[in-house]
Amino acid sequence: MKKLESEKKEYWKWPEYSFKAEGVDWNNAKIIVAGIDVGSVSSKTAIFVDDELASFSIIRTGSNSPESSQKVMSHALEGTGVKLNDLKYIVSTGYGRVNVPFAQRAITEIACHGRGANYIWGPTVKTVLDMGGQDCKAISIDEKGKIVNFIMNDKCAAGTGRGMEVFADLLSIPIENIGETSLVKDEPKPVSSTCVVFAKSEALGLLRQGSPKESVVAAYCSAMSHRVFTLLERVGVKTEFVITGGIAKNIGVVSRLEKELGVKALPLPKEQKFDPQLAGAIGASLFAKTLFMKANKQS
Amino acid sequence: MIKVVLLDDRKTVAKSNILSGFDQNASVESALNTAMQQIGIIKSEITNIAATGVARKVIYLQPPINANIETAEVLADIKGAIDIHPSARVVIDVGAEEGKAVRCDEKGKVIDFVSNERCAAGAGVFIEAMSRALEIDVQDFGALALQSQKTIPMNSQCTVFAESEVISLLHSNITKEDIARSVNDAIAGRVASMTRRIGLENDLVLVGGMAKNVGYVDAMKRTLQTDVIVLPEPEFIGAYGAALTAAEYQQK
Amino acid sequence: MIGNYGYKDGSGEFYISLDSDKCNSCKKCVEECPEQVLEMICNDYDEIVPIVRDDHRKKIKFSCAPCKPLNQKTTPICVKICDQNAIWHSW
Repeated sequence: MKKLESEKKEYWKWPEYSFKAEGVDWNNAKIIVAGIDVGSVSSKTAIFVDDELASFSIIRTGSNSPESSQKVMSHALEGTGVKLNDLKYIVSTGYGRVNVPFAQRAITEIACHGRGANYIWGPTVKTVLDMGGQDCKAISIDEKGKIVNFIMNDKCAAGTGRGMEVFADLLSIPIENIGETSLVKDEPKPVSSTCVVFAKSEALGLLRQGSPKESVVAAYCSAMSHRVFTLLERVGVKTEFVITGGIAKNIGVVSRLEKELGVKALPLPKEQKFDPQLAGAIGASLFAKTLFMKANKQS
Repeated sequence: MIKVVLLDDRKTVAKSNILSGFDQNASVESALNTAMQQIGIIKSEITNIAATGVARKVIYLQPPINANIETAEVLADIKGAIDIHPSARVVIDVGAEEGKAVRCDEKGKVIDFVSNERCAAGAGVFIEAMSRALEIDVQDFGALALQSQKTIPMNSQCTVFAESEVISLLHSNITKEDIARSVNDAIAGRVASMTRRIGLENDLVLVGGMAKNVGYVDAMKRTLQTDVIVLPEPEFIGAYGAALTAAEYQQK
Repeated sequence: MIGNYGYKDGSGEFYISLDSDKCNSCKKCVEECPEQVLEMICNDYDEIVPIVRDDHRKKIKFSCAPCKPLNQKTTPICVKICDQNAIWHSW
């Protein structure tokens, strides 16, 4: 794994990275396809070489999403000897999907997450919870990863990564450590789960009253998990249940959510090097392969 | 924000306005003391104290303030607004943390009301957050917006997301005036939509701290497509109405 | 497939649910909605389905307000007109 940026003291900045699988024969590959997921907070790409996940990259989208789509793609291709034109089909997804100039088709992140989760965990997955940078969605899928029911909230920051970034910043805790830090012995009362802005004021009040940081961050993780729980209730949780998106890496939210649901989320399969933020890009890549095969059969 | 209005014979003689700390009782005491000092009186000289607003339970019949009257915010708003502007029929009160609208008849009786609570995007904190993002003083936000003729419709309906959107717009070289106008238009859109649910009837009156934002007032006029009246010192109207209730209580 | 379009924020939970399996594409809901909240699109699986338009999705509470006067339990036009029970509101 290669760290792309040196760690600056900006607590909400999670580490960007890219990954290349060993032993991939890029130059003799028959079909290389890619999926690119341009979210409002992070951009991800997954490249499949002859049906194997060969490389991926995760970076911050920043203020220019077309630029970040090019950047994340070039990180994923770096050192492979393969150029963008060598890819047979590219599907874009995510908030910025219509702004990816080199994608052949845009597909919604809901469909891509369903398919991606099905690939990562297999056909037993029935419920996918994706907690993204600026949205939160619950998806029911069938054994092929096709959507049966979904609900999304992208209007309100409560229950999203941005909400967590606000708290990381407030408490000066690097965002990737928030989960561990929140696992306190005495579970505090949750802060208001309905608005990040008001939750932040509450948190400031708690800090002034002398509550330790760990307790405040636990209160917020608790609030966020409850918020997400009510979203899931609308769609219904059927096992197997999995969590994708950045917050899947936050044990503080995940453990509390599992407790409230009474259901444990499947852990990431150990054999493959997956990142839960990749489900969208992986799903998009699989759609790319299908669409390429369909187009080729007709020509 | 804690607002205190002292009346003598229904005339305003003192006012104070302070930011609330997490000890609300202490904050109210402090605001009351400031007002009393303005006219050199002590608490025992006050006949009635009426409490309204989010924290009224904190001081109603509770020491040390021991307010002996409580009244709902919407009633206080109507009372205060009609006293100053008798033809008011819809009072739109947007404060720091909440927005609401009340409709009343010519006698000041409430016909209907609606509120947008617990979502920062419909309240003053929205403007505060955007001022921070633009790195300008929140007091200057309205005037800056009036310098623009162009609105870029905002995508985000959430304060947290809107902050990112504003920063994005800045990076795309949109001017601060245009952004300020777009922000005011965005919140005015939400407040207007909320108000339409109780029906628009002239005269429409704006109160609450937000009414001091000239950009927001302009945006409201354009969005509602009708004239609106801004009462003087709009942030005190609720306290003023409560004080009138206290004055009338004495006369019974 | 059931899609739930809308949001939850501090002021409440507002979702319109559309069941594309029950929908027969008659388009009456799309045509009768006074605010043009709904539309028919071709989705990711190349099926024609009804959805809530993107520019309404994040302010659905306000978009649907004309059909839901305060303090009255009225059935919105889109729900009344659908004879397949393919659409319902959460509020």
